[in-house]
Amino acid sequence: MFSGFMVNAWTVASIVAVVAGVVGFFTVMRGSAFAAHAIPNGSFAGAAGASLIGASTLLGLGVFSLSGALGIGLLSRRGRHDVATALALVVMLALGALFLSWSEEYAPAVYSLLFGEVLGIASNEVAPTAILGGLCLLAVAILYRPLMLSSVLPESGRARGISAFRMEMSFLLVLGLATTMTVPVVGTLLIFSLMIGAPAAARSFTDRPFVAMLLSVAIALLIVWFAIAASYESNYPVGFFVGTASAASYAVGRLWEAQRARRHKGARPR
Amino acid sequence: MTAQVAAVFAPGLFSSEAVHIAAGVGALVAVVTSVVGVFTVIRGQSFAGEALGDIGATGGSGAYLVAVGPLWGFVVGNVIAAGAMELIGIQRPRGRDLATGIVLGASIGLAALFLYLTTTSQSTTGAAVTILFGSVFAITSSTVPMIALLSAIVLATMLAIYRPLLLSTVSFDMASSRGIHVRIVGALYLFALALATALAAITIGTILSTALLIGPAATAVRLTKRPVLAILTGAAIGIATMWVGIVLAYDSYEWPPEGNGWPVSFFVVTLIFIAYLLSGLFALRKPRRSPGPTERSGAAAPAAES
Repeated sequence: MFSGFMVNAWTVASIVAVVAGVVGFFTVMRGSAFAAHAIPNGSFAGAAGASLIGASTLLGLGVFSLSGALGIGLLSRRGRHDVATALALVVMLALGALFLSWSEEYAPAVYSLLFGEVLGIASNEVAPTAILGGLCLLAVAILYRPLMLSSVLPESGRARGISAFRMEMSFLLVLGLATTMTVPVVGTLLIFSLMIGAPAAARSFTDRPFVAMLLSVAIALLIVWFAIAASYESNYPVGFFVGTASAASYAVGRLWEAQRARRHKGARPR
Repeated sequence: MTAQVAAVFAPGLFSSEAVHIAAGVGALVAVVTSVVGVFTVIRGQSFAGEALGDIGATGGSGAYLVAVGPLWGFVVGNVIAAGAMELIGIQRPRGRDLATGIVLGASIGLAALFLYLTTTSQSTTGAAVTILFGSVFAITSSTVPMIALLSAIVLATMLAIYRPLLLSTVSFDMASSRGIHVRIVGALYLFALALATALAAITIGTILSTALLIGPAATAVRLTKRPVLAILTGAAIGIATMWVGIVLAYDSYEWPPEGNGWPVSFFVVTLIFIAYLLSGLFALRKPRRSPGPTERSGAAAPAAES
């Protein structure tokens, strides 16, 4: 389980979990779950397009996820945010459908792009993932204070002159970057459950933002490690284990919260 | 003149049974999704609509596994998921995002498992693509009664809850003070949304179903502030884009690359997006007046949050 190609799987999945835990924490705090779903999901069209013209998958994903992030940001300046996200997503997916219809032999690759193929990672894929992951964490570190303020206390952020639009835009771009690196590994659909389940669970255990972020990383790591081990043993897809373990971690968080509320006689308003 | 007509409407278009069914089903589903979609847009629940569309993929792949029609899978999967979202707390604006996200994430995991089992047991690698990007031309005449029945259920539900739903959408507090069971109305609406998404999924594929649900309705809501008028406008835009999309897809068999039609869904989504962008220009040219009902209802969701 820890030899040969499996070493790549463990390394890359751990990098992905750290990034998903950090970026996901801000996603949950900002209520951007829809964007976190839309950008990875829509970016798969980029991979389909790249395979059509023979370019690198990573490039296609990058172009589509970053332009998706820009599209969502710009469209929601005029009009409802969720509608803008939905429309940006379906336009990307429609392009993906078109690219797919043009290339015949792509069907099996669709499955691996959507649901990931973490056990089949080649050694030369480790370095790009690590570099992009580092960039992502660096961007979060630079933006940390204004981003945290505008996510946790939007009003006081605005009062201190932090532009909500610029913060939203930067956050969406970080989301796009995180997408580019994680999609080839865990698939467009599953990065989402990792980004939502782990931070949502973490938030149930603590009220302190920084602790919650660290906890979110820890839970995300546990989820992917469990998923890889279980998938290796059972041969079932990694995605299945990531999806269900994320939901289960959230359920545990909610139960913990309910238990604590009962002990404190419901003193904590939510 | 006939040459131009023949260029637009390729020969055989009006005599093909698949086109007849596609045009009929497309129009019916456009009406149903517009009725539900207008509320989805003004309630700010696009994410729930999108999630239910994707969850349809889980139901669809499960249906493949037990060898029943995908529509059954869409319907059963969506209704179960809508129930789970309701239980986790989609009615509170604060937890809405997460309730939707958690259910969506878990269901995608299940879809991965179902598709894996389908591929290993039946060696049909195309299952994923068929379910995700299903085509309106693939609807057989035997599915039509089921589609009509589901549409009737959605329309009847929406008609029954229309007034209380509108009131609780515009003002949550006013609705509850008038004795409306806001949660029950919301749950019934979610049920209608689940069925409408299933219908949209069978028409333009699960992952694009949101386009039909949100696009025409969002365009209509930008153009008019009256709910009934918005529903009618949305239905008209939906039908128009479906029909133009079908004609273009039929024509596209002549376009490069050879011998391979472009997907209907691509044309439908592109047309819907263009309509939405154009409606933005229209709304821009209209002079700003005092906030009307839609603007207030748009503000209703964040207001309820605090």
